[in-house]
Amino acid sequence: MSAGLGDGERSVRLTEAEIAAKLGEMALALTPDEARVEADRCYYCYDAPCVEACPTGIDIPGFIRKIGTGNVRGAAVTILESNIFGGSCARVCPTEVLCEEVCVREKQQGRPVTIGSLQRFATDFLMERGEHPFARAPLTGKRVAVVGAGPSGLACAHRLATLGHQVTVFEARPKPGGLNEYGIAAYKVVDDFARREVEFILSIGGIAIEYGSPLGPDLTLDSLRADYDAVFLGLGLSDPNALGIAGEDLPHVRDALGFIETLRQLPTEAQAAAIGHVLVIGGGNTAIDAATQVRMLGAETVTILYRRGPEQMGATKVEQDWAQTHGVTIRHWLAPVAIEQGAVALARTRLADGRLIVTEEVLRLPADLVLKAVGQSFADGPLSTSRELPAFARGRIAIDGDYRTSLPGVFAGGDCVGRGPDLTVQAVADGRDAAHAIDRFLSD
Amino acid sequence: MADLSVNFAGIRSPNPFWLASAPPTDKEYNVVRALRAGWGGVVWKTLGEDPPIVNVSSRYGAISYGGSRVMGFNNIELITDRPLAVNLAEIKSVKRAFPDRAIVVSLMVPCEEAAWKAILPLVEETGADGIELNFGCPHGMSERGMGSAVGQVPDYVEMVTRWCKQHTRMPVIVKLTPNVTDILQPARAAHRGGADAVSLINTIMSIVSVDLDLMAPTPVVGSMGTHGGYCGPAVKPIALRMVGEIARQGDMAGLPISGIGGISTWRDAAEFIAMGSGTVQICTAAMHHGFRIIDDLTEGLSNWMDGKGYARLRDFQGKAVPNFVHWEDLDINFKTLAQIDQDLCIQCGLCHIACEDTAHQAIAALRVDGGRRYEVIDEECVGCNLCSHVCPVDNCITMHPAETGLPFATWKEHPNNPLRIATDPLSTKALA
Repeated sequence: MSAGLGDGERSVRLTEAEIAAKLGEMALALTPDEARVEADRCYYCYDAPCVEACPTGIDIPGFIRKIGTGNVRGAAVTILESNIFGGSCARVCPTEVLCEEVCVREKQQGRPVTIGSLQRFATDFLMERGEHPFARAPLTGKRVAVVGAGPSGLACAHRLATLGHQVTVFEARPKPGGLNEYGIAAYKVVDDFARREVEFILSIGGIAIEYGSPLGPDLTLDSLRADYDAVFLGLGLSDPNALGIAGEDLPHVRDALGFIETLRQLPTEAQAAAIGHVLVIGGGNTAIDAATQVRMLGAETVTILYRRGPEQMGATKVEQDWAQTHGVTIRHWLAPVAIEQGAVALARTRLADGRLIVTEEVLRLPADLVLKAVGQSFADGPLSTSRELPAFARGRIAIDGDYRTSLPGVFAGGDCVGRGPDLTVQAVADGRDAAHAIDRFLSD
Repeated sequence: MADLSVNFAGIRSPNPFWLASAPPTDKEYNVVRALRAGWGGVVWKTLGEDPPIVNVSSRYGAISYGGSRVMGFNNIELITDRPLAVNLAEIKSVKRAFPDRAIVVSLMVPCEEAAWKAILPLVEETGADGIELNFGCPHGMSERGMGSAVGQVPDYVEMVTRWCKQHTRMPVIVKLTPNVTDILQPARAAHRGGADAVSLINTIMSIVSVDLDLMAPTPVVGSMGTHGGYCGPAVKPIALRMVGEIARQGDMAGLPISGIGGISTWRDAAEFIAMGSGTVQICTAAMHHGFRIIDDLTEGLSNWMDGKGYARLRDFQGKAVPNFVHWEDLDINFKTLAQIDQDLCIQCGLCHIACEDTAHQAIAALRVDGGRRYEVIDEECVGCNLCSHVCPVDNCITMHPAETGLPFATWKEHPNNPLRIATDPLSTKALA
């Protein structure tokens, strides 16, 4: 629940706590009674569709049954065995297009078991007890370098540590967590959850993190390959896409992900920018996260502009509804053609035989702030300091079915390989499975 | 609108729904609320000799299953803990206020003729319509030689029934305990003693759960528990069988039966009536939801009867009894097969895993264009019904008789039966 916007509050500088209260939490935790009632709705399917829809393949009927019987710790362990980021995935996964979309209750009643909320219930239970449920295998003496402390890197590091290897994680930023820490709406991961989850993951032991250590002149892939038995690249996507239109470099134009980062790290600064008329360009979850938050923080009007229709939006229906019920307007079939001082020029679009046509009909909308949320690309700059580079494919790092890059001993996963959807849960699956591939490589 | 009125062993009531002798019928306040709500009658909670017994605190235990509360219910309460005179005065007042309802009084006094002879006129004086002999209570009172301690000894049942018939003009209903190996023994004893009717079942001896922290049976009285009497929806199948067992005995034909045990809905009631009951008694469902359930009990039963063309209860009372036969009278050549309605199937896979792991490997788990599809393998299906029971979707898996081309035949003639009857090709229903 978020606090109201209040009259004339826009110009008031709020404290971080006040901002957190204003943003609230998107979904509240289940009470034990709610969890029991919901768990009883699960049919405990065999060969359950939800498991297949989960990139990490969590035994969903299995963990829900355990909640139902009161074995909540067991439920959490079942989740975390498959997905060590089970806590954040419970909060940020678009379950409505993954496990919950295919729930047989959805088919039967149009109302799926709320798997995400049950997963949160179980993982919160275990994390609140401060227990780490896994033990490391006998140490192998092998050392693995992981680049990137986001979901794929840490999932890989955790599984490697569990298998008995020693891991050093190199992270460019001062904090771990990747997009969970920097790129997701605050109302999805409240109370510093991303940080607490990373602490929980690291409590397995055997993982050291070097912060402020980007790949570059001082830390090359060559040197990591020389110093470690294997390397995992979980670099993510760090290059915000450009609109490629005039006026993009004007001072009131910002990258949406950068704005969310500011909001997460320096909330008072973000709040100061949330005034007047804000236009958010893009149709994915980042557009929703940015638009909804900037509206909650006090912007007068917030409009998402998307060049296609609601069905084509990357943001799920649930996300779109969330934005709209929080005062964000979504306008479709509009493509920006130029950014001007205090306005954006937009051309109407339409589809012709499946192709997007940008028409000559232009309109202008006032804009005190323009947020670009048109995706990110893989930045190969950090790797370029290396003598030997891995092969690339479709603008990202190329891997085979076993997460191997073209360089011996170098593996990669997460958004920087783009094997599946650009989702936290996919990155976690990549990191985990790559760890097993690395383990096999190290055992040979 | 079907006529629901009954004349049960001379006791009339506007509908067959009576509240069983139990906490809901312990005092005038509750009983008046029930009768105002529309219940056809009550069996007043068991009266005994003064001084009244004393109950413990912490009295009920229950089983919840899959989110449903009180699937099974267990109590360690005894008979009324109020003075006899108070109960008698209230019974008299209720009967005067509700002359059209059945007011039956449950009784339990020591197994001595004098004790029964003393209490019967007092009850008769209230204007009550009949008495029910509590030979069933399986806890507490049985340790004092009453309740099921009597009900488990057919000779005692017969003897006490005879005393009551001798010392009162009121109809005598004998309430039977299920805590016996053969329900027919006490039923026949009651019949021999001259009972006007039997009612069954009383509660089943039970420990409903163990409190794993206190390490004691529940309900826990301080630090210890005792066995109680089990009732509620879970016991319905046990009760229905015992009712049917008595109803199909030729030597007890015509003995009115008041069916008791887990009846929660009009459908349950219809089943007990079809199995031979003249009235039904309800307790747990009322304790779970209150007396207001009577609305649906009467209306639901009436609507169902209208749909079936039954004008009166006796039009279908006992109609299932002739079809309740011994196993050896079943058609061994009958075959039924499962059918899955693919349009209704939600792909939960429960039918497959149940059949695959625990039955006959007769449901194939297929993938068609990536989608799950479950199909019955007719050649492997033995018609056990397991899949149709585990399927969570109504009418998705249904059972359909298959043509075998074989005549009706029973185990009695089957070649595998070493004791087979030589030539008789047709069975006669055992107890027609």
